[in-house]
Amino acid sequence: MKYNMKLTPEEEGILNGSQGETMAKVMKSLVLYGDAFGAERFVPVKGKGHLVTSFGISVLSPVFSITQELIDAGLKVDETFTCDPRPIDYANVKCNLIEKLIFNKFLYGMQAPYEVQLKKLGLRSEKSFTCACYLDEVGNVPEKGDILSWAESSAVVYANSVLGARCNRNSGIIELFGSILGKVPEFDLLTDEGRKAKWIIEVKTDSIPEAQVLGSAIGMKVMEDVPFIKGLDKFIGTELNDAAKAYLKDMGAATASNGAVGLYHVENLTPEAVEFGTSIIRDDAKVYVIDDAELEKVKKGYPNIWKNPDAQPDRCFIGCPHLTFAQLGQWADRFEAELKKQGKSKVGLMTIMTAAPEVIDHFKKDNKAAYDKLISFGIKLTSICPLMYMNNPLCGKKPIITNSNKLRTYTTARYFTDAEITTIAVKGGF
Amino acid sequence: MSKVFKGRPVVAGAINGKEAVVTHTGFNTLASFQKSALKKAKQVICSDQNNPELYEKNLTDRVICLPKTIGSTTGGMVLYSVCALNIHPCAMLFSETIDSLAAAGVVLADIWTDSSIVAVDNLGDEFLNYVKDGMKITVSEDGTVTVD
Repeated sequence: MKYNMKLTPEEEGILNGSQGETMAKVMKSLVLYGDAFGAERFVPVKGKGHLVTSFGISVLSPVFSITQELIDAGLKVDETFTCDPRPIDYANVKCNLIEKLIFNKFLYGMQAPYEVQLKKLGLRSEKSFTCACYLDEVGNVPEKGDILSWAESSAVVYANSVLGARCNRNSGIIELFGSILGKVPEFDLLTDEGRKAKWIIEVKTDSIPEAQVLGSAIGMKVMEDVPFIKGLDKFIGTELNDAAKAYLKDMGAATASNGAVGLYHVENLTPEAVEFGTSIIRDDAKVYVIDDAELEKVKKGYPNIWKNPDAQPDRCFIGCPHLTFAQLGQWADRFEAELKKQGKSKVGLMTIMTAAPEVIDHFKKDNKAAYDKLISFGIKLTSICPLMYMNNPLCGKKPIITNSNKLRTYTTARYFTDAEITTIAVKGGF
Repeated sequence: MSKVFKGRPVVAGAINGKEAVVTHTGFNTLASFQKSALKKAKQVICSDQNNPELYEKNLTDRVICLPKTIGSTTGGMVLYSVCALNIHPCAMLFSETIDSLAAAGVVLADIWTDSSIVAVDNLGDEFLNYVKDGMKITVSEDGTVTVD
């Protein structure tokens, strides 16, 4: 095999089969992957793994052959890993009999055997299914400078930008291979040069921009480049507190899904922007000014691709990426105020909020009043992935609304701001 | 009249006179392959409604000419899976440098299946401006691409 990466004798031995044929294929995959981007060497992974593939969907059946081959070869992730959310939760996200049949027999028929595979490969626990693995309750929180082998785009952009860890936008399976080997090829966002900003974003809005629309505008403009965002600290402060982190979580997920951003810097706020200031902006950086008119233009550009564009919504998803403890409390307050305004006691539309299992546990325990309010309003709390729930021909036909720009991008769901969606959900339609 | 372009082989291979399908915007791997793969169809008909250039076109055994791939980070796994299911494009020709998701997909397909997707990148904007749907593509092991 021809390759350009410089391998240590141990790495070369693995490539030549010293740890078995399957591990040699894992190594070969990572070497060729690194070669594609001019990586010169492997660097050790520090921090736990996180897998993007959490769903036993039949379309990925060949992937489950790879995972079985890894298990048969006795390979696993030594440091354990967390995993993206499960696709279904019949208790909280109701399905009719036909939908259940299709989910169980066809779409996600491999869910149970795949979860058995995940346990054998090193899944941390039964509760480790969330896209927001970096939240304190979940506990897969990388430290600044840690090298990661993750693929979930919203988690990668958060870890890079808010926590200062280093991770490329990997594909599923490649991230598992990196976690098994304990090393990843060094290129792009793992290097100082790759983390420099190619864009300056000047936020010039009159009030705090909707995080999901701001992220969408940035992502669509810069695509995979690194932006340095100026003017946002005026609205969200210079301290990475819970509110700022929740805002950046949602904004970042939109930059990653509406574009392919893996890292952003926010002036006076995110770790590398604070440490290095404007010196992490490249000399040839381009400038993109975002004002209220620009955000309105971006939002108006979202197509309505419902089968019947004039339909009334069937259900509402809030929480993609998964909500934080503080966000759950804020939604309880937001819905309480809107219900009062509309003179109602329950929402008129099936409304589903998603959060990590351990965040919901925390919410039930330490903010029981808000939890009880949400339940009494008729709102469901679940830990599924709304994207996986919708990203199939069956559910894709439903008229669904969301406040998530990621869900809008990958499915037929229509996007509405937090304020708009609260009004619609309480009213029961438009 | 044929025109020759030179790129970098990411997964080297030879293709002779296969039909091109062209997108000038990012190719969303999951959205394009998902519907046919779910149906276990014998050919992939592109299901990405957001890509009018490719929507409802056959992608199996075709040469996809594209700038780069976009979309979910499951993209690499999906490329590998359609190759394992033997309904894959025979080649992907990138005008830009290959992205990490597509690179993962073609590498996984090359190593973990009995077939492969030939991948050549850095072919330049001129390539993507020149090539049209239905043109015949020949690719050499060294990354030379001939468009007829």
